Amino acid sequence: MDWTLPPNLAAGRMAIDETYYIILVLTAIAFVLVEAGILWFMFRYRNREADYVHGNNTAEIIWTAIPAIAMVWLGIHSGGIWSEIKGDSAPDDAFELGVTARQFEWMITYPGADSELGTADDFTLRNDVRIPVDRAVSVKLHTEDVIHSFFLPFMRVKQDAVPGMTTRTWFEAAETGDFQLACAELCGLGHYRMSASVAVLPADSFSTWYQTRAKEAAAEADSSFWTETPPNTPETVSGLPDDYGTAESGGEGSGEHQ
Amino acid sequence: MATVTTEAAGTPVTDVEHEQSFLRKYVFSTDHKVIGVQFLITSLLFLLFGGLLALLIRWQIAAPGEPIPLIGGLFPEAMAPSGIMLPEFYNSLVTMHGTFMVFFAIMPLLVGVFANFLIPLQIGARDMAFPRLNMASFWLAFAAGLIMLAGFLVEGGAAGAGWTSYAPLSANPEYTGVSLGQQLWCVSLVVLGLSSIAGSVNYITTVINNRAEGMTWFRLPLSVWSLFITAILALLALPILSGAVIMLLFDQTLGTQFFLQSGGGQPLLWQHLFWFFGHPEVYILILPAMGIASEVIANGSRKPIFGYKSMVFAMVAISFLGFIVWGHHMFQSGMNPTLGTSFMISTLVIAVPSAIKTFNWMGTMWRGNIQLRTSNLFGIGFVMLFVIGGLSGIYMASTPVDVYIHDTYYIVAHIHYVLFGGSLFAIFAGIYYWFPKMFGRMMSETVGKIHFALTFVFFNLAFLPMHEVGLGGMMRRIYDASNYQYLQDMQGLNEFISWSALGLFLVGLIFAGNFIYGMLWGEEAEANPWNANTLEWQTPSPAKHGNWVTLPTVYHGAYEYSHPEVSDKDWLAQNERPEVVTPYEGEPEGAGSTDVAPAGAG
Ligand SMILES: [Cu+2]
Ligand SMILES: [Cu+2]
Repeated sequence: MDWTLPPNLAAGRMAIDETYYIILVLTAIAFVLVEAGILWFMFRYRNREADYVHGNNTAEIIWTAIPAIAMVWLGIHSGGIWSEIKGDSAPDDAFELGVTARQFEWMITYPGADSELGTADDFTLRNDVRIPVDRAVSVKLHTEDVIHSFFLPFMRVKQDAVPGMTTRTWFEAAETGDFQLACAELCGLGHYRMSASVAVLPADSFSTWYQTRAKEAAAEADSSFWTETPPNTPETVSGLPDDYGTAESGGEGSGEHQ
Repeated sequence: MATVTTEAAGTPVTDVEHEQSFLRKYVFSTDHKVIGVQFLITSLLFLLFGGLLALLIRWQIAAPGEPIPLIGGLFPEAMAPSGIMLPEFYNSLVTMHGTFMVFFAIMPLLVGVFANFLIPLQIGARDMAFPRLNMASFWLAFAAGLIMLAGFLVEGGAAGAGWTSYAPLSANPEYTGVSLGQQLWCVSLVVLGLSSIAGSVNYITTVINNRAEGMTWFRLPLSVWSLFITAILALLALPILSGAVIMLLFDQTLGTQFFLQSGGGQPLLWQHLFWFFGHPEVYILILPAMGIASEVIANGSRKPIFGYKSMVFAMVAISFLGFIVWGHHMFQSGMNPTLGTSFMISTLVIAVPSAIKTFNWMGTMWRGNIQLRTSNLFGIGFVMLFVIGGLSGIYMASTPVDVYIHDTYYIVAHIHYVLFGGSLFAIFAGIYYWFPKMFGRMMSETVGKIHFALTFVFFNLAFLPMHEVGLGGMMRRIYDASNYQYLQDMQGLNEFISWSALGLFLVGLIFAGNFIYGMLWGEEAEANPWNANTLEWQTPSPAKHGNWVTLPTVYHGAYEYSHPEVSDKDWLAQNERPEVVTPYEGEPEGAGSTDVAPAGAG
């Protein structure tokens, strides 16, 4: 059994892993004490006259107090990390991404040349996330239909997208590479294939790509995601694998639910 | 019909065994013991069905896109054309596996079976306070099960939004393609809710009003305490589910928008309502298991239960805290981080009473005279595995760690350690232990021990590696993981889990064989084969209609094993005359004296 976590490639998310390993140590101690104790009693206390004992108040106090202290400490420790992760603490210079989930794809909206979401020069790619390395990325999540969950395992990011709500999360990739975005919340028959490619690019190649793309978008500024359905750009990556004989209308975007 | 009334103690009841028609005696019976057995047999069948659904799920995970072997050809086009499972059928399987196991197997096995069978016998009553309500409770549960099953037969298939049925996926048929099935899911749970409420009212009333003379609160066996507290939990929690499910049904059929954002509804409201029921439900599914474990471990250690009152107060604490932790299922739903932190603290604190109980079970075994009979093995197995489920719960209680493991197989592993390793092991312990009283015959101890050993091994082979799959980041309810690069190297492990699950299922058939053989041809049981103290063993096996010829009077707590002043045996029945021994100092007032304080008026 491998109880270690897979590589954590996010800057500033190490605290999650550390908390995990702290709990691993605490629970391992409790586990060994209890299981070894039980096995020892099963072996040791056979074929004898049982003691007539109804309990022991000192023992009760000890085994109430120790777990209580450990749990409260763990709660306080975790609470601090939690508010850092989920609080409104994305750095000001974070790169902003708009993500809209729908059955069964991720529409990724980039802010365009003006670095601001919700303006005419935004551009949207389907199932295609490209972000710079070593820079905070702040994600604004929406969904058009049901609840989905934005899950980047190697960045230790998970955040539900809830109809009618804007949820936010942020992270900072510390390494370049190609990864996958997964949907973690059951969202219908295509839940299993609701993934997007995630490319973490070196700063220079990211900005080359981004500027070219933003320029194009500015040129066709009327195709803003916020007012119309997204364009099918050449960069659009189709993440759809073979489906096992499902009755789907082949259209991109909507129309998957009959 | 039987008109056995609760005469004053000491008045012999002459007609306890008068004639009843077959229909009255076995089908529409008002005898709590028969109702308990009815629950037992139907819930075991649902357990078997739930297990079959699990095997289908595991097939798809182990061999995605390959035709289901042996029975693949039997499925209609809409489920598995040429034996290859469709994603929508997979979602139905996942949904119905969870639903059947939680609502139609584990819950009725614990509450329907043991509350019915044990409460009147263990408190020294002739029957439940409301026998006809009790009968209604069984038949409502049975009808609910059939309604749920019907989901598989209707157009569009069975419900497919998960056993948690998160809105809006569950609220609008457009999102799943399932409409009738989703509605049947709702109707079934409303009917089950009625059954559960009827049962709970009955159990609570019976424990409060019908205890035998001398059966004070702190002389009650822990099994009765656990079932009493569970009934209160169910009475408070099930109506919440019923209400939420009715709202969901309205959203599906009448055009209301309680959970649909499009009409101003709030999808998260469903989660709040569902989990406000759902977390207490987790304790409904574990408290009776704790009660059963306490019985079999004390009996199997021939020693008083360690820290009786701590055990009771820990259960009270668990059920109180159980109502203020529901938000831990929603940490990633966008809730305010401060709210998340408070739910985390309450959740972590609930580990404390669970720890207290574990240490007290160990304390009970400590310096005992441990009997490795099947019931006790399953009882000890329950503690060993429940501990793992309890400890793994700490990971997801801690909000930062939950960010990563939420909605992964780690959660699936955790819930199975609690509900299979915990609840189901205790259910097996209870069945082996009380089988003689139920059927008047014995199950085979040898086969029972083989059943225990293999179950223990295959259970761990199936569910321990699931933690690793979850830590690797595999999401729950994924029809085909091969879309994800990073999940590729987990495929071998997934196949291993599936083989182990098949083994676990086959071992279950050993139990079925032992059960059926024991019922029909097992050795005839004595009244008290385990030398137990509690009242049910002071009646013949099987107990007769009306339970007692003379209502018992109680002089001791339920756990006076190995009392030093009792010379010829290591047990002391609760209704044995008091002059035998001096009461131990922790006994409540009236203990050991001949003028016993009568318990709550009958
Ligand atoms: Cu999904
Ligand atoms: Cu919970």
